[in-house]
This record gives sequence, C-alpha cells and structure tokens, in this order.
Amino acid sequence: MNNLSKIRAAFLLFLVFLGIAYAIPNFLNSSVKNTSFSFLPGKSINLGLDLKGGSYLLLKADMDIVFSEKLEILLSDIRSALRKSKIGYKKLSVNDKKISFQKRDLIPNDKIKSIILTIDENLIVTINENTFFIEFSDLNKKKIIKSTMAQAIEIVRRRIDETGTNEPSIQQQGIDRIIVQLPGLDDPSRIKKLLGKTAKLNFQLAHPSISSEDININSKAPPGYTILVDDKDPDLFYMINKRVMVSGEMLKDANPTFDRNNSPSVSFQLSALGGKKFGRVTGKHIGRAFAIVLDGKVVSAPVIQSQIFSSGQITGNFSTQETNDLALVLRSGALPAPMIILEERSVGPGLGADSIQSGKIASIVGLVAVMIFMLMTYGIFGLLANIALVCNIIFIIALLSLIQATLTLPGIAGIVLTMGMAVDANVLIFERIKEEYNVGRNVSDAVEAGFQRAISTIIDANLTTLFAALALFSFGSGPIKGFSVTLMIGIATSMFTAIIITKYLVLFYTKKKDINKIKF
Amino acid sequence: MKLLRLVPSNTNFDFLKLRNYAFIFSTIIILGTLLSLFVNNLNYGIDFKGGILLELRSKNINSSNIDDLRSKISTLEAGEVSIQNFGKDVDFLVRIQKQDGDQKQQIAMIEKVKSITNKDYEIRRSEFVGPVVGDELKIAGMLAVGLALISIMVYIWFRFEWQFSIAAIIALTHDVVTTVGLFSILQLEFNLATIAAILTTAGYSINDTVVIFDRVRENLRRYKSKDHYFIYNKSINETLSRTVITSVTTLVALFIIFFFGGAVLSDFSLAMIWGVLIGTFSSIFVAVAILTFFNIDKGEKIQDEKNVPEYERNN
Repeated sequence: MNNLSKIRAAFLLFLVFLGIAYAIPNFLNSSVKNTSFSFLPGKSINLGLDLKGGSYLLLKADMDIVFSEKLEILLSDIRSALRKSKIGYKKLSVNDKKISFQKRDLIPNDKIKSIILTIDENLIVTINENTFFIEFSDLNKKKIIKSTMAQAIEIVRRRIDETGTNEPSIQQQGIDRIIVQLPGLDDPSRIKKLLGKTAKLNFQLAHPSISSEDININSKAPPGYTILVDDKDPDLFYMINKRVMVSGEMLKDANPTFDRNNSPSVSFQLSALGGKKFGRVTGKHIGRAFAIVLDGKVVSAPVIQSQIFSSGQITGNFSTQETNDLALVLRSGALPAPMIILEERSVGPGLGADSIQSGKIASIVGLVAVMIFMLMTYGIFGLLANIALVCNIIFIIALLSLIQATLTLPGIAGIVLTMGMAVDANVLIFERIKEEYNVGRNVSDAVEAGFQRAISTIIDANLTTLFAALALFSFGSGPIKGFSVTLMIGIATSMFTAIIITKYLVLFYTKKKDINKIKF
Repeated sequence: MKLLRLVPSNTNFDFLKLRNYAFIFSTIIILGTLLSLFVNNLNYGIDFKGGILLELRSKNINSSNIDDLRSKISTLEAGEVSIQNFGKDVDFLVRIQKQDGDQKQQIAMIEKVKSITNKDYEIRRSEFVGPVVGDELKIAGMLAVGLALISIMVYIWFRFEWQFSIAAIIALTHDVVTTVGLFSILQLEFNLATIAAILTTAGYSINDTVVIFDRVRENLRRYKSKDHYFIYNKSINETLSRTVITSVTTLVALFIIFFFGGAVLSDFSLAMIWGVLIGTFSSIFVAVAILTFFNIDKGEKIQDEKNVPEYERNN
C-alpha cells in the first residue's frame, strides 16, 4: 500500500518534530530557553501590545503647515530671482496656497515664467493678464512629503530612543502617518509631550525700545517686527524682530543643568558656524534683549550682558523634568512638521497578563472539550482525529513563531475557534466514510471513497472561508490583522492535517489492525 | 463503548416543507433588524465614533463604587460620559465622547481623566481614536465585508452554477444583516472586533452552505429521475449529521471563549455564537430554499450508484 510507505510515515513524523521544535520555545521561560534549550531553532511568538502591554500611537504629520512654510521659502526665492533679473513686480504675496504677483514692466510673460521655472521646473505657473500665480505641482508636493516624512521618522526615533524605551517600533503608514509602538510602556504621556513639540529653536532680537509692558495682543507691530507670546504666561507679549539670527540647526549639543540661582536650565553648545554668528550678534547688541523662541513662543528674553560665542544657557521658568525634555528635543533636532495624534491605545501590564491567562485557559479548556466530544462521537476514529488536532495546534504555533506573526487576543480566539472548525474536515471525512460503509462497501473501500469524496468538499469549504479571512487581512488594522493571520494559518494547517495526517492514521489503523467493521 | 449519536443515521426529514415558516422567521428578524437600526441605530464603539475609552480597576477592592467614579469624572465636564462595570465588580469601563476643539483637547482630556483616577484606580487600558481615523475604519470595515461577500460569490459561481452563487450570497447577506441586528437590538458595542466576528461568521456560514451545495451538486447528477425537491431534501439529510456535529464542536469552542476568555472577548464570542446558529439555519432554510426557485440543470449523469466503488467513477 503506497499510502502507508515508511518514507511517508518518516516524512510526516519529521514534519511533526519540526513543528514541535519551532513551537516549544513558546512554552519555556526565557532563562531555561537560553541555557538548556539554546539549540532550538525558532523564537517565541511575537505577542501583540494588547497581550504584553504597551502603547500604540498613530501620528499624522501636519503637512499643511509644511506646505505654507515651503511656500514662504519659495516666495523669497522668487523675490531674489526677480530682483536678480531686474524685473519689476508688485503685490508679491501668498494667497490661498498660491504665490501671486503683478509685473510692472512690459517684459514678455514667457521670460518671467522661465525665470520662475529655473527655481524649480516642476512648479505650476499660470498667468492672468499681468498677474502671475505660482503653486506647487503634485510632484513638488510628493517630494516635500517624502523628505518631510523621512526626516520626521528619524527625529521621532531619536526622541524616543533618548527616553530609553525598549524596542520601540517606528514605521511610516500611508502617505503622511507614522505608527509608533512602545512595548511595555503603558503611559505614553511623556512620549506624547516630547512628540508634541516640533522644537524649532530660534534666537531673535527684541525691539530696542518697545518693552513687554507697552504691548498687548492687539498692539500693532512696526515693520520687520512681530508680537510673540510668552511660553508660560499667556498674557505676556514681546515685540520681536522677525529676522532669525541663529537657529536650532546650529546647535551641537544641549543638556539640562542649573543656573546661578540654582533653578533648572538648559545649557547648549553651538556649532563653529553658529558660534561665530552668535558672537557677532551678541557683540553688536550688548544691552539689548535677545529672545529665545521655541515653536513660536518666547521662552525667555535675557538682556545681552557681554559677547557670547559657542555656548550659553536657556533659562526660564522651568521644572527639572521640563529642562530634561527640552534638552532632549533640542538635541534630537526639530521635527519638520507638527505631529497630530490620531489614535492612541495603551494597555497596562496587568490587563495584558490577564488576557494571556484567560486566553490560555480558553485554549486548553476548548481543546479538551472538543477532544472529549470527538472521542464520544467517533470512538477510535475520534482519537485519531484528536491526534491530528494536536498536530494542527502544534503546526499553528510553529508557523506563528516561524513567520513571527503577531499574536493578539482576538488571535487567541481565532486559534480556539480553529479547534472547533478544524475538526470539521475530520467530521466531513468520517461522515462520508460512514455513508459509504452503510451502502455496503467494505471498510477499506469505504475509507478510500470517503476520503476521495470528502476532499473536494473540504477544499471548497475552506477556500471560501479563506476569502473571508483575506478580506479581514486587507481591512487589516492591528489586532484584526493578527486575528486574520491566525485564521488563515488555521485554515491551511487544518486542511493539511485532515487530508494528510488523519488519512495516514485512519489507513494505518484500518489496514494494520485489519479492521472490518466500522461503528459510529 | 457506546458512542454518542446526535443525529440518527438515514434521517429523512422534509426540511423544505418548513421553508415557508423559515421565510416568515427570516423576514421577522430582518425587519426587526431594520427597525432596530432605525430606532436604536448601532452602539458604535470609539473605534468608529472617535472618543476616549478607559478601563479602570479599583485599587481598593472593598469600596469600589461606581458612583464615586462617576462623581469624580463628572467634575471634568467632558460631555457625554458612560461608566459601566466590566467583567468584575472592581473593573470599570469609562467612555467619553470626543471633545470639542482640536486634537489637543482630546489628548488633554485623557491626561485629565488619568490624573484624577490614578490614585484610586489602576489604569488597565486607555484608548483614544480621533474622528478621522474612526471614519476611515468605518469605511474600511464596510469595504472588507463587501469584498468578502463578492469574492465568495465569484468563487461559488466559478465552482458551481450561478444559481448557487445567488442563493449563497443571499444566505450570507441574511447572516451578516441579522448579526448586525443582534448588536443593534442588544445595544452591544459595535467595534473593530465586531467586524472580525461578522466576517468570521460569514466564513463559517459559507463553509456550511458549501458543504450542502457540494452534496446537492453530486446528487443532482446521481438522481436524474428524481425531482429537485427530493434531491435538495436528501442532500440536507445526508449532510445533517456533519452539520450538527461541526456546529456543536464550534459552539463548544465559542462558549468556552465566552465564559473563560475574559470580558474583552465576550461580545466577540457572543456575535460568533449567534453567527454559527444563524449560519447553520440559513444554509438549510435560506440557501437551499432559494435553490428551489431555480430549475437547475442536472448535468451529466453519474453512471452507477452502488456497485462501482466511488473512487473509480468518472466525475
């Protein structure tokens, strides 16, 4: 009998042992695994955040702000290009996501257009009589988004790494989103605070004569100046020169420290170029207030006492935690775009452990209950189906470990459900064997015909279920994706065990024992 | 050992005689679903609605008091708040509607709730879903269900005849709609896990339908001289034992998740328990009953019925 060849048996046994080898690390605690069982091939299943505890954040980069910043830069590029080519213009401004200006002289439109296109050939330039409109093309926008996201991910990673969080995972999702996963961290409020700041640091001079007492929110700023609010006090305003003297990009390092009065502050070192610039400005403006502006708000505006070069201190009304965080975000660099938190999910370690516990209990009780039921219904054949079921579970765990799929709580439910459904294939086969036997075939023929006929049903039934699982996978969001992966693996392994392993066991039992009667 | 027999062998029950009653039953539950959707709508969880959800466990086991928690949270003036026990006496689920204003207000609210509760309660879980994500998830969920239904329909059309595919898809839609109805009528929270439960239910139901259809197809070719009504009934009867046994094992597994799987999975398993029951019902009383409206071509006859071993027959 070809089906019962020794090679086949050896192959199946080999598969089962392979499955056990990959599955077993999941049942050992880590110390035992690393010492006595270090020869085992695989790793444990990757537990989802809902089981091991941790935080999940979905961030979105606010691209509108980036586009308007880039548009401002483009505006100044256009201004200098027009000036360089000696083209008169008026009303150069940004309106409704477009730059517009009017030409003053009778220069051909095409010439002006080509000058603008030398800045970036992908810009969209439209002309209405004497008015020019310039906007970003989709290609421009795509490039801006791409570079912004790459930079944003890098900065987010740096900031999170600095907090010492274990194995954070930071990945881009879609066009302008970032998924941050922080295993083991159940209160992400510090991370949220750190990511909530873009941390754009600028040093700008304050107005020489208009002091904070003279202005309120409704004051009018003289040309070249702007009114900025204090970082802590919403009723305190400063008249600040728009020109950025030194910016955060020139920072080399920043560290929390204490100032002379022993209050928390941040010390910083500038790069060589930054130090030179800083020295020049501070040398020229002794006696004037020099504002430290963070994300558009004034942290402090100390009066320049003497010329300062490469290092200085940021003082303000800080707590120690705040100076730690400020130093951290300054060190990591500014985020290119503000980050909006779209979604946050945190699971504490207690709930995770409870979920694992109830998942384990449900799996074991489910397995035992299904096995008892099969034994009661099919006797020896039920026992064979149960052996196949155990193999099935081993294969599921081994495959989940092998592909390092993430096991979530719904995923555990998927496994328990698979136990219920996995026996379906066996039930189909046994019922068919019973039918074939009842119409008068001998045991051997009934078994052969039962398998033969049941297999096409099993394949049809399982493939259709697979479509539902695939839809779930494509819908895929976190835990649901995990569930669908378990379900798909369950469908595949249960088909395999029913068609191959159960068949082998049943044939082996009926042939070797020379069974000539089936009763169930 | 005496073996358990849930279904006697060789049943010959006239299932299709009951199809009118079944039709009335289906009409009632579908109308009930529509009515409930109209009156109650669905109790959308924060996954779809956006908002804040916290699971808290009282640190003081003896004096866990829902009123105390309620009064604490009411000081925040967070708008619509629902607080309920969750699984155990000491566990509470706090849901807070999405706050007015931008994203920052939402995040600020989570921090506020955490700070006033973390002295007396362990924060076991906290979730915030922004309205943008909620809408996206809703659309993705509908797409997933639609995609599943269509791909299943196409597959059945490909493997069987078009009449089977229509019958299957009506049965499947029947199951999906009434499962949604269950959530609406009982006002269970409708969230991402519910979509998973619905799709799994759909998978189970179609599995069940396909098994019967497979037998119908086989019997159509075998019993050329018999009428369709007889063949359908025979097919249901022949697969009845399998239908019952598989339903029972799956239900056993599901009830165990329901009782031992913790509070998080209880609604999930409840949806699937309903799904298995309604899926089994619809395979017989919707899918096969609809086949009776068609005059399906019986195809080529299988030459012999008994004497030639089945595996040697031509299909």
